[in-house]
Amino acid sequence: MTAELAISVRGLTKIFDGRKVVDDFDMEVPKGAIYGFLGPNGSGKTTTIRMMCGLLTPDAGAGHCLGFDILSEQNSIKENVGYMTQRFSLYADLTIRENLDFIARMYRLNSRKSRVSEALVNLGLADRANQLAGTLSGGWKQRLALAACMIHKPALLLLDEPTAGVDPKARRDFWDEIRKLSAQGVTVLVSTHYMDEAVQCDFIAYIAYGKKLIAGPASDIPGMIGLHTWRVTGPALADLELALRKDPDVGQVARFGAVLHLSGTDKAKLLALATRYNAEGVYTWVHKEAELEEAFIYLMTGVEDNFVSTKS
Amino acid sequence: MRWRFSPARLFAVLSKEFVQMRRDKITFVMMIGVPIMQLLIFGYAINSDPRHLPTLVEMADEGPVTRAILSGMQSSTYFDFQGIVTSPEAGDKALRDGSANFVVVVPPNFERDILRGLSPEILLSADASDPTAVGGGAAAMASIINTAVTQTLTGPLSYAAGTPPPISVVIHRQYNPEGNTSINIVPGLLGVILSLTMVMITAVAIVRETEKGTMEALIATPVRPLEVMLGKILPYVLVGYVQTIVFLIASQVLFGVPFIGSRLAFFVGFNLYIVVNLALGFLISTVARSQMQAMQISFFTLLPTILLSGFMFPFAAMPGWAQAIGSAIPATHFLRLVRKVMLKGADITDILGDLTNISLIMLVIVAVALKRYRQTLD
Repeated sequence: MTAELAISVRGLTKIFDGRKVVDDFDMEVPKGAIYGFLGPNGSGKTTTIRMMCGLLTPDAGAGHCLGFDILSEQNSIKENVGYMTQRFSLYADLTIRENLDFIARMYRLNSRKSRVSEALVNLGLADRANQLAGTLSGGWKQRLALAACMIHKPALLLLDEPTAGVDPKARRDFWDEIRKLSAQGVTVLVSTHYMDEAVQCDFIAYIAYGKKLIAGPASDIPGMIGLHTWRVTGPALADLELALRKDPDVGQVARFGAVLHLSGTDKAKLLALATRYNAEGVYTWVHKEAELEEAFIYLMTGVEDNFVSTKS
Repeated sequence: MRWRFSPARLFAVLSKEFVQMRRDKITFVMMIGVPIMQLLIFGYAINSDPRHLPTLVEMADEGPVTRAILSGMQSSTYFDFQGIVTSPEAGDKALRDGSANFVVVVPPNFERDILRGLSPEILLSADASDPTAVGGGAAAMASIINTAVTQTLTGPLSYAAGTPPPISVVIHRQYNPEGNTSINIVPGLLGVILSLTMVMITAVAIVRETEKGTMEALIATPVRPLEVMLGKILPYVLVGYVQTIVFLIASQVLFGVPFIGSRLAFFVGFNLYIVVNLALGFLISTVARSQMQAMQISFFTLLPTILLSGFMFPFAAMPGWAQAIGSAIPATHFLRLVRKVMLKGADITDILGDLTNISLIMLVIVAVALKRYRQTLD
């Protein structure tokens, strides 16, 4: 089985200043998959990624990345993994070409010149190769960073919130690129906050406060939580929203423009509520499939509650 | 009325500034630490009229006048007798390697010649490569001898105390006969210049990489830490070479400072000194979080380098605790080394002690820096 896994880690734990940033984390990423890594800010996504690519030594746990041990074969992992950091981390005072060339030299690539030129053409930056990287716009910086971490043709890409602060068009282009790479057999692990990006992933893991809450194929996630969702339309939705938020039977209320999505795990109670409102005739309640978005909002609220209760 | 000066807004900016000041621990420590350090050093450690300078005696004769002169010198507190030498060569060597600032030479038949009225010469050899240090002692010599003469040549011997003066004092200012201060300051300046630029540039260059986030991408590649460190530090070694060449030309052309010692000794010494400063800069880079902090800490190390190393003020004039701190500063030993080589004609064997001291300091710095570097990696 392990032959088909790009990443397989068990029990990863990292402690900073006595605080468990990552707590007993397991993950299995199949080869060639796009694996979405979701969770709120500060939930330990970056730390987990850094442990998996050999940048950080876990305090506990073990595992393999591309068949190399994450505890003892960090150098082999680095040779075969492309890691794109959250912050733009290329040299602002070097040109685009110089940056790519420098990274290529770090990997001691053969035929470096042609690899760099090829990357520049793929990027569409060939005519701006001598521009300083610091003068690029956010979207271009991110594409350059992706090109830099792809320059050694890695088998696994680790992308840490690659599209943060990038406009929707650039995000779409970026994901086209990711899917193209995935089709070529590259495994991609990508952390993100965006639901529209999570939907694009084959598998998803959700992490909060260092603990993994759920993981599985993207389409199975809502079913795994057992969430039931109703779509509500009608006048004066704001008042209804306020009223429903106080109702303990409704797990979660989310507003989507002129529509309310109500979700909860208790199917019977929700059905009773829907029947009551539909009988009144003011609002229309329609049952719908729970989607990822509802699932994650549900997870997030649930976790915050857990966190508050463990604190008190 | 919207454009009116608002005390409330002013107060908001003020209090924000204080909160930020308090959060930036290193800046806070510097703001309090630098003035305190300056107060302590200038107030207690610096003394431009040094006393208790190590002195050796070469005694070819002995008698009541000699004893009176030596005890007069000791009680003047300028001189501190550390022992006797038996040959002029041994005395010269002590002056050259810095183990003594003065050598007093009492010639043969000194006592007899006094009584015969031959006015024998007593020789005070002083290491004038630091003119301030030896100035006071040399100036006090005449009155010390006068007192000794009036005390001992009494009664039937009093005839010898008259004119011509019973003893003539010869003061031999070695290495810098004109007492020119630039001859002392300029070689020392190399130590300060190298320290200032090497420490600061290295610290800032490394911290910049972490501050801008480029270090994260760099260590995600297969590059080894040693490759990063050497690659970042070696260019500044070259800068140190250029500075030293400029310095040597300027000291010769502009200030006429001689260079009479071994070039090999100089070469070995300044390379070691550059390395120790780079190591210090590296250590600072593991502590500082921003380039600003790196600058501040470098400046903090610069103060003792200028004040306690013997660069501006004679080392021998400082109290014991200040000398102890001074001995931990690489510049202290490098200064001695450069002065010995350039002004006193020292060769490699004369500076072995200084090289050892610098190496010891470097070992400590490197050990601490590596320990800290390992921690920051994780």
